[in-house]
Amino acid sequence: MPARCRWAGAWRTFPRVRWVFLLALFAGAVASASAGQVNDTDSGATGGEGTGHHSRRAFPVLAVNYEYIRMPFEISLWILLASFMKLGFHLIPRLSGVVPESCLLIAVGLVVGGLIRLMGETPPVLSYNLFFLCLLPPIILDAGYFLPMRPFSENVGTILVFAVVGTLWNAFFMGATLFGVCQAVGGQLESVGLLACLLFGAIVSAVDPVAVLAVFEEIHINELLHILVFGESLLNDAVTVVLYHLFEEFGNVGIVTLADVFLGIICFLVVAMGGIMVGAVYGVLAAFTSRFTSHTRVIEPLFVFLYSYMAYLSAEVFHLSGIMALIACGVVMRPYVEANISHKSYTTIKYFLKMWSSVSETLIFIFLGVSTVAGPHAWNWPFVIATIFLCLISRVLGVIGLTFVINKFRIVKLSNKDQFIVAYGGLRGAIAFSLAFVLSAKHFPMKNMFLTAIITVIFFTVFVQGMTIRPLVELLAVKKKKETKHSINEEIHTQFLDHLLTGIEGVCGHYGHHHWKDKLNRFNKMYVKRWLIAGERSTEPQLISFYHKLELKQALMLAESGSTAKLPSIPSSASMQGESMRRSTRGRALPQISKVKEEEIRKILRANLQKTRQRLHSYNRHTLIADPFEDNWTEVRLRKKRVEMERRVSDLLHLNSIPPKPNLSCQRMMMGAWSEVKVIVIVKHSTTHVHTTKYVLLLTHSEQWAAMKGSRGAVCGDGALLSGFTVAPWRFGTRTSNLLITGSFPYPLGQPPPQ
Amino acid sequence: MGAWASGPAEHEFRELPEKTGFSVDELRSLYKRFMQLCNEEGTLRQEDFEKIEHLQLNPIRSKIIRAFFDKRNFHKTEVGTVQEIGFVEFVTVVSYFKLPETNQTKEQAAELRRKKLRFLFNMHDTDSDETITLEEYKYVIEDLLSSYKTIEKETAKAIADSAMLEVANITGRSMENCGSITFEEFFQILQDVEVESKMNLRF
Repeated sequence: MPARCRWAGAWRTFPRVRWVFLLALFAGAVASASAGQVNDTDSGATGGEGTGHHSRRAFPVLAVNYEYIRMPFEISLWILLASFMKLGFHLIPRLSGVVPESCLLIAVGLVVGGLIRLMGETPPVLSYNLFFLCLLPPIILDAGYFLPMRPFSENVGTILVFAVVGTLWNAFFMGATLFGVCQAVGGQLESVGLLACLLFGAIVSAVDPVAVLAVFEEIHINELLHILVFGESLLNDAVTVVLYHLFEEFGNVGIVTLADVFLGIICFLVVAMGGIMVGAVYGVLAAFTSRFTSHTRVIEPLFVFLYSYMAYLSAEVFHLSGIMALIACGVVMRPYVEANISHKSYTTIKYFLKMWSSVSETLIFIFLGVSTVAGPHAWNWPFVIATIFLCLISRVLGVIGLTFVINKFRIVKLSNKDQFIVAYGGLRGAIAFSLAFVLSAKHFPMKNMFLTAIITVIFFTVFVQGMTIRPLVELLAVKKKKETKHSINEEIHTQFLDHLLTGIEGVCGHYGHHHWKDKLNRFNKMYVKRWLIAGERSTEPQLISFYHKLELKQALMLAESGSTAKLPSIPSSASMQGESMRRSTRGRALPQISKVKEEEIRKILRANLQKTRQRLHSYNRHTLIADPFEDNWTEVRLRKKRVEMERRVSDLLHLNSIPPKPNLSCQRMMMGAWSEVKVIVIVKHSTTHVHTTKYVLLLTHSEQWAAMKGSRGAVCGDGALLSGFTVAPWRFGTRTSNLLITGSFPYPLGQPPPQ
Repeated sequence: MGAWASGPAEHEFRELPEKTGFSVDELRSLYKRFMQLCNEEGTLRQEDFEKIEHLQLNPIRSKIIRAFFDKRNFHKTEVGTVQEIGFVEFVTVVSYFKLPETNQTKEQAAELRRKKLRFLFNMHDTDSDETITLEEYKYVIEDLLSSYKTIEKETAKAIADSAMLEVANITGRSMENCGSITFEEFFQILQDVEVESKMNLRF
């Protein structure tokens, strides 16, 4: 037994090594086999055609043709490797807590690259096309689509300052200082010109969104810091693009005039604004298209992905900022598309985006490791050391200096701790590597040295900074992410405050940003929503949708927690007509629900409850919260409208005691004081009758309840019969059928049924 | 600006910078605006507020206007409303939206938060009985939803009900007499909304 346990433990802790070896061996074996096979088939074919039929060979029962599938097969192998790595890391319990995933992946890449090299093949390199066209867009789209708009728009000024001014400072400071270092050290480095150094500075200075996402997602810091660093990493793409092309262009010529600088500034504005506009146009198109997809729900996610990808590609055609286009597309299209598409499509989009971005990120880091082994290296101690050192220094100086200026304009100042995290979180990643990789060796003879230095910087930031940022966050007691409570009071007051501040601004007569935000909202409501959202959802106010989401979430929570939770009921004094009502809504003991029943209820509710969508913000790609609801909102609404309540149920329920039914053991769940019936809970199933009857408990208002039988009508607790409301019978698994009711009671409960 | 220097109640105005925390320049521009709103009369009435066009489209404008005339916002202990206000009261009400000082101590920050939340509470509590009843809360929600035409009355009521339920959940009170919210409970339920940083305007 002990031996077996040890073996089991070993098996569990070393899955990835086994898989790596297996895969590598397989790849190598197949590759070598194919090399042999190609010769055979070629000679066989030419032989056969040239001389007609001569020596006939036996009919090949089994033939191997690797070349046919080589490309897709290798791609699949790589993706499979990446996925196995992800599986493996989470199976090793302590490792994923200490070392961020990105470090482990790079290490795996190094191992795989080494193995491939050992077998004599040339390892694949992270080529420019592969990276920028295939691997990067899913990550950026995932980030942009789920970008939390409120903190982003509140801090957009700070983010822009960090992205633009910060990156420019980093690039120029690093370039100039490196040039000085090169000249000072002399020797091999003297040939490196100022422009080459500036180009290198531009490449290295940009904070990388992939690396930031990978590391920051695991440390769960508060929203402000997360959005600052992440937003900066996204928006500095425009600066990087312009600087890169500027210096690359003039690296050939050798001199830069003032006119060129001026043109560079114009170019930056064009790149940034152009990227955003391209993205916005595609976003509007996507929103408009989604308006008409009510009959072909299956391809709705496809539109989202295609339009976003095309926005990215269109921006790249004109050398505009593809990243900003992608972000703009996602941000613009999201509110409208989500109002139009079905719930399943929403879930599909979310899952696909998370899946692709997760795989992409894994592949990027693995390829970084592999490319490190593969690429030609030219190690130069002073250059590399200077690069790392200057990266840190320039980042720290930049952040401190900019924060000093920014804090004069911010309401919530950035403290020293915040500044430290922002500076420390400036990680470099694969974008820098790819940009350096495509430099032409003709114009930049020191390209290999640049590559080596960049790889070293990336390794340093990802390994050292990535690993130590978590303990530092704990040590400095930086505020962590707050659990969102989805409180309706907070939502009400957030909106109330918006209107209040707009009003006071109006009274005082100046147009602050509340005024413009209000104007934008009004414009959005009046014109844009009407065009881009189908049906009556275009006029639904945000508070109502928030409220309904909350209501449904509570309903499910109640059902899942069983009847052991005693919820207080609301005496809505305004709606109830008599004090007697209030007296009857006193707390009553709730009987226990059996485990089996609880499970059944949970399964049933999850599978068949017809409610509105739940929007759950999540930009952590490791945790996706389950969405149990179907989307049949329009049906529910129609049903509500069809069934009119003649009198408020709350006025009419006068149930003070449950008349003892022979086989009835009712449980009661309490909900808030909805005036309409909302939630159904399976109560009991009686087996003593010939026909199994189900009683369903309906919650109407505070503690009053009614039980419903079968699908023929309802039996109230004290014998009154209800009928006439819409019932949706559904079957679940067993022979029993359970009922779901939404809508309102047309008849008062608690009175003798109309015959 | 000439009116400022030679105003009749100039001695009052001299104390304003300390009382409200505004700088002299800010007070000057507010004074200009005040005079503009009241057409040089010297006191503001409710009709003057209603003429402001920016407020026309605001769903909670009646509450905002009322807040200016609510005696509880004047740092005094009286209750009730006045018919017309002078510059001092105008500035006092606007000072609730002033940016907090830099380098505030924790107590000062907590005090400021309390002050701002008190202002919000007074806005909701229209009958000045120190509690927000369900009716009053329902009016708040109806106001917020009033810009959308397709609202059913029951939805607003249902939202108000659920909000009250939440209050009861958070404050742990029994549900028997949960028909109203006191200021302390209001303070508690809004502790996650960072009022001291959100409820600010630049002047």
